[in-house]
Amino acid sequence: MTITDYDAGLLFFFAVGGAVEVSVFMAGWSSRNKYSLLGAMRAIAQMVSYEIPLILSAVTVVMVVGSLNLSEIVKHQNNYTFGIAHWHLFTPWGLVGFILFFIASLAESNRTPFDLPEAESEIIAGYFTEYSGFKFALFFLGEYLGMFAIIGLGITLFLGGWTSPVSFLTWIPSYIWFLSKLMAIVFVFIWIRGTLPRLRMDQLMNFAWKFMLPLALINILVAGIWHYMAADWQRWLVCSLIIFGAYAILGRGLMQNQNFGKRIYRYAE
Amino acid sequence: MSPFFIITAVVTLLGAAFAMSLRNLVHCALAMAVAFSGIAALYLQLDAQFVGFAEILVYVGAIAILIVFAILLTRSGEAPEKSVLTSGWMAGIAVSAMVFTMLGWAVLNSSAIPKGTPPAPVATVKNVGDALMTKFVLPLEIIGLVLTAAMIGAVIIALKEEKK
Repeated sequence: MTITDYDAGLLFFFAVGGAVEVSVFMAGWSSRNKYSLLGAMRAIAQMVSYEIPLILSAVTVVMVVGSLNLSEIVKHQNNYTFGIAHWHLFTPWGLVGFILFFIASLAESNRTPFDLPEAESEIIAGYFTEYSGFKFALFFLGEYLGMFAIIGLGITLFLGGWTSPVSFLTWIPSYIWFLSKLMAIVFVFIWIRGTLPRLRMDQLMNFAWKFMLPLALINILVAGIWHYMAADWQRWLVCSLIIFGAYAILGRGLMQNQNFGKRIYRYAE
Repeated sequence: MSPFFIITAVVTLLGAAFAMSLRNLVHCALAMAVAFSGIAALYLQLDAQFVGFAEILVYVGAIAILIVFAILLTRSGEAPEKSVLTSGWMAGIAVSAMVFTMLGWAVLNSSAIPKGTPPAPVATVKNVGDALMTKFVLPLEIIGLVLTAAMIGAVIIALKEEKK
């Protein structure tokens, strides 16, 4: 199912994704509109913050596979033990990496709960307020295409690309596997949009810098340990313990100084 | 010289020239992003994939955005009415052209540089990664340390001073 076998495929994807910020900023700034500029500034802050955990969570896969080539990464996952595939999702670092990647990709594609750049109720659709008709359609098409692309990358990195999760289902063609995985995750994206409310700006930044970034760095360490320890139950135990401890400590740190009491309205009551 | 090289070179040079001479600072920053993309295209044309994509990722995706962010957060107001170039720009160009001619002449006639086109080195992304992790691991670590120190310094400058 590969169109080109590109040696630096992962790097290419992130380079193209990094250029999105410039275009969002140009759209918002050139509207000469307060709300558009606010949306563009929010978009830049959010995308720059979440790009770092996105790339760092993908680095673990590169470390273990030893290649930036996307089809090499899929080939590495295409082995079976006891009938279950060696997807990166089924390892401690891969599970954490996939969750981090998933959250960061929600933020990169400006989906709820990270849709602050285009918050309709706050800044009237943000950076594309002034664009209507065909230009609006282009913005939305681009956004959804970006979403599909980043999900496809996540599937390639962690969910075994076009391979089957269990060995007795390998007779199903690869394109059906890939498309069904893609559709399942798009479903989750839309499900989350219907479930979660929008974050506040300080919550967004705290979550990115105080939780996701340290956890992604620890995850890189765990992937290194996983690579060098012998392949038995001990490395499962060690890696899971490190990740769980880091998760608990970081989560507690994030929850500090947060007052989760009854909300007090100063002006509304 | 291939047409692709000429086009990218012209785009890069125009971007750099506009980055220096436009009145609106945001336009300058965007022109600089164009120049960075042109440089990345030149690297890619030379088969230097790692450097090319890193150029886009770091310079267009991060540094141009950072400059734009800094412009918008620090100064508001309209672009200056008169030209931003000083009156002596012709003399500046003449001096820099002379320096360039001098350096180019010196480089071309130097005995330290071998004549003729050397064979193209094989530098795939994998080779670059291997070299960075084995032969050049110490410089890489030192750069990481320097950048971390710079980041900590920036955080300390940006910290709120505690009132005593």
